[in-house]
Amino acid sequence: MRRLFFILPLLCLAALVVLFWRGLDPARDPSSLPSVLIGKKIADVTLPGLGGRPGINTAEFSGGVTVLNFFASWCAPCRAEHPLIQELAAIPGIRVVGITFKDAPADSEKYLAELGDPYAAIGVDESGRAGMEFGLTGVPETYVIDRDGIIRYRLAQPLDPGRLKDELKPLLLELTP
Amino acid sequence: MIIEIGHFALVLALVLALAQATLPLIGAQRGIRAWMALAKPAALGQFAFLLIAYGALVHAFVVADFSVLVVYQHAHSQTPLIYKIAAAWGQHEGSLLLWVLILALFGALVAFFGDNLPPRLKARALAVQAMIGSAFILFALFTSNPFARLSPAPLEGQELNPLLQDPGLAFHPPMLYIGYVGFSMAFSFAVAALIEGKIDAAWARWVRPWTLLSWVCLTGGIALGARWAYYELGWGGWWFWDPVENASFMPWLMGTALLHSAIVVEKRDALKAWTLLLAILTFGFSLLGTFLVRSGVITSVHAFAQDPARGLFILGILALALGGSLTLFAWRAPTLKAGGLFAPVSREGSLMLNNLLLATATATVLLGTLYPLALDILGGGSVSVGTPYYTATFVPLAMPLIALAGIGPLLGWKRGDLKGALHRLWVAGGLAILATGVALWIDFGKQALAAAGIGLGVWMLAATFTEWAERVRLFRIGLGASLRRAIHLPRAAYGMSLAHAGLAVAIIGITASSAWKSEEVRQMKPNDSITIGSFSYVLQGVTPARGENYIAERAHFKVMKDGQFYTDLYPERRQYMVQPMPTTEAAIESHLLGDLYAVIGESDGKGAWTVRIYEEPLVPWIWSGCLLMVLGGIVSLSDRRYRVGAPSRAQVAQALPAAGE
Repeated sequence: MRRLFFILPLLCLAALVVLFWRGLDPARDPSSLPSVLIGKKIADVTLPGLGGRPGINTAEFSGGVTVLNFFASWCAPCRAEHPLIQELAAIPGIRVVGITFKDAPADSEKYLAELGDPYAAIGVDESGRAGMEFGLTGVPETYVIDRDGIIRYRLAQPLDPGRLKDELKPLLLELTP
Repeated sequence: MIIEIGHFALVLALVLALAQATLPLIGAQRGIRAWMALAKPAALGQFAFLLIAYGALVHAFVVADFSVLVVYQHAHSQTPLIYKIAAAWGQHEGSLLLWVLILALFGALVAFFGDNLPPRLKARALAVQAMIGSAFILFALFTSNPFARLSPAPLEGQELNPLLQDPGLAFHPPMLYIGYVGFSMAFSFAVAALIEGKIDAAWARWVRPWTLLSWVCLTGGIALGARWAYYELGWGGWWFWDPVENASFMPWLMGTALLHSAIVVEKRDALKAWTLLLAILTFGFSLLGTFLVRSGVITSVHAFAQDPARGLFILGILALALGGSLTLFAWRAPTLKAGGLFAPVSREGSLMLNNLLLATATATVLLGTLYPLALDILGGGSVSVGTPYYTATFVPLAMPLIALAGIGPLLGWKRGDLKGALHRLWVAGGLAILATGVALWIDFGKQALAAAGIGLGVWMLAATFTEWAERVRLFRIGLGASLRRAIHLPRAAYGMSLAHAGLAVAIIGITASSAWKSEEVRQMKPNDSITIGSFSYVLQGVTPARGENYIAERAHFKVMKDGQFYTDLYPERRQYMVQPMPTTEAAIESHLLGDLYAVIGESDGKGAWTVRIYEEPLVPWIWSGCLLMVLGGIVSLSDRRYRVGAPSRAQVAQALPAAGE
């Protein structure tokens, strides 16, 4: 019995190593989680709009190409990717919408007042319920939804110029005829 | 050419490390003196070759040799010299080379200053150190060679991330690494002791200074990092419970526990197996941190370039080093002669409780760091773990720890007198209650937990002073006699008092700044003003400014207090020329009770700027507290016990060989 205490640390280590080893599986890229959601229809989510802006109703996404961006005023990487979201919003033929994640509406307003508001609609997800529907790993996260309401792309990390140019823009070009 | 010399020196260091990892170990087992003695020159040589290798890399950065891949990726000819040097450790390959250099530095220090160590223990400890060294040099050579060439050489390089171009951050990694990697020495000593099957007071005395040195540097490194985040990122915060921050914080917590438990081994010959386990795990957490940062298993703002092949290699090192040492622990530790039992109310009892709390606190941080990863891997969906989790788990563990740190030093060894200690602490208790009351009153009772935090900080500060006053018998005997006692107190005692006082001051700062920070964000035009607390900030104007490799917009604020001029603040928003990424330089003016903190954001193009003003109460206390802790560690390191005491022990051991073998 006493002996078991001395073996315990070794057992913990073994469990940890197995966990990490599975975590290193090249198929599991932590940043662009392939996500079980890709290729599936977007979940039905309805959110009230932020401060009088139009809200989010995912059922209305069909018929156009939508980029959905989760953000929050307390999230520093969101700040960093913000100029790229503005760049996306300038592309004709697509609609960039946002969801504020676990953020007080007043703080979101301050954030947008400071950085500018590129979003055509902003849903408020103060409780994090909508985030759960999407299996959000954190903010920012960016999704592309095609005209049939199917999720085509998911980026679980801040957008960077490389991905914008090599992944997102070509995809958007392909989706908007 | 110099690059090839560096590359070659790295290979030579590997050869020496391999020799050092094997021959002294076999020599110690079979009693071959010459093989054991090999450890010293091998350790010194290994360090010398790694120094050459590192020097070659720094040289390549200084002369901006773009035919070297990492130089091309992280340096630009216009980068100021200091950041060219800092760029040498500002990326994965170079920082890994620094990692092995520091590992070898500790080995060389032990080899050089360790003539008073028993030869077997020294040979084995150095061999273990070289095993870790070999593994990491192999890692560098095979997966992350800093000397890889680029052909044809580009004319101009990219640049070090502008966020990292900051004097505070330039020195943050080396300091952090000395801390992180230095714990390897305690690990090597622990494994050597397990191989010998013997651990005693002398062992603890040899291990403590190395642990203390690492702890001092880690404390400084973490503080520098937090301070950098505070003024460079411009969000007014200094700690974000980011996985990478946690990766440095966990070894710190474990190292703190190790420092305390080693005292029990030294004074009471107890807690031996636990201390060995702590020594192994402290370095284990350093390895874990290295793995988390470099493998790409998690995403973080701080993480290095992500590469699963590298991750697999470090995971292998981690599994071998910890698996091997923990197997040895499971096999040998039960056979260690158990120390005497001890009473729960005693100095050693309080130190054990300290260890229990620190270990549990480390476990909560570990859980918070790994839980999202585990859930994700096991297919349980994704979550994020943030500050609320740590407030709910870490803070309740830290609070009794601080209360205990006030009482523990006043308890005697073997059997403490709790009543007597509490009796002597009535002043400290009164002050703590007073401070809590004042904090509640100022705040109208809104944040009871923060008020209690302030009270605890004051408690620890007052109790630390009481402990010192007791030692010099202040006001019990004449002042002159007290002064004489104060002069003759051992430096280790002062070290403890300083470090404890530092922690208390830092706790007060941390509590106040997280509870009572206030923030104002607004669009401002020149001559607009923001009033926050008792200060009002008037924007005078925004002018362009120019640095060596950036252009900036510099705002000028006049700060008024009660209608009187108080100070000028000049926050900047910089645009670096090579990497088009704006960075903020917050303007901070510290006073005794807090910081004035101003940041300028984007212009709206119509003459208005977004401005953020923070009132940061007691933040300077955090930095002063950390500085005091570092100072305490240094003072304790200079205690003559470590210089004089250890050799005298060794002489005793030599005189009584039966006890030594």
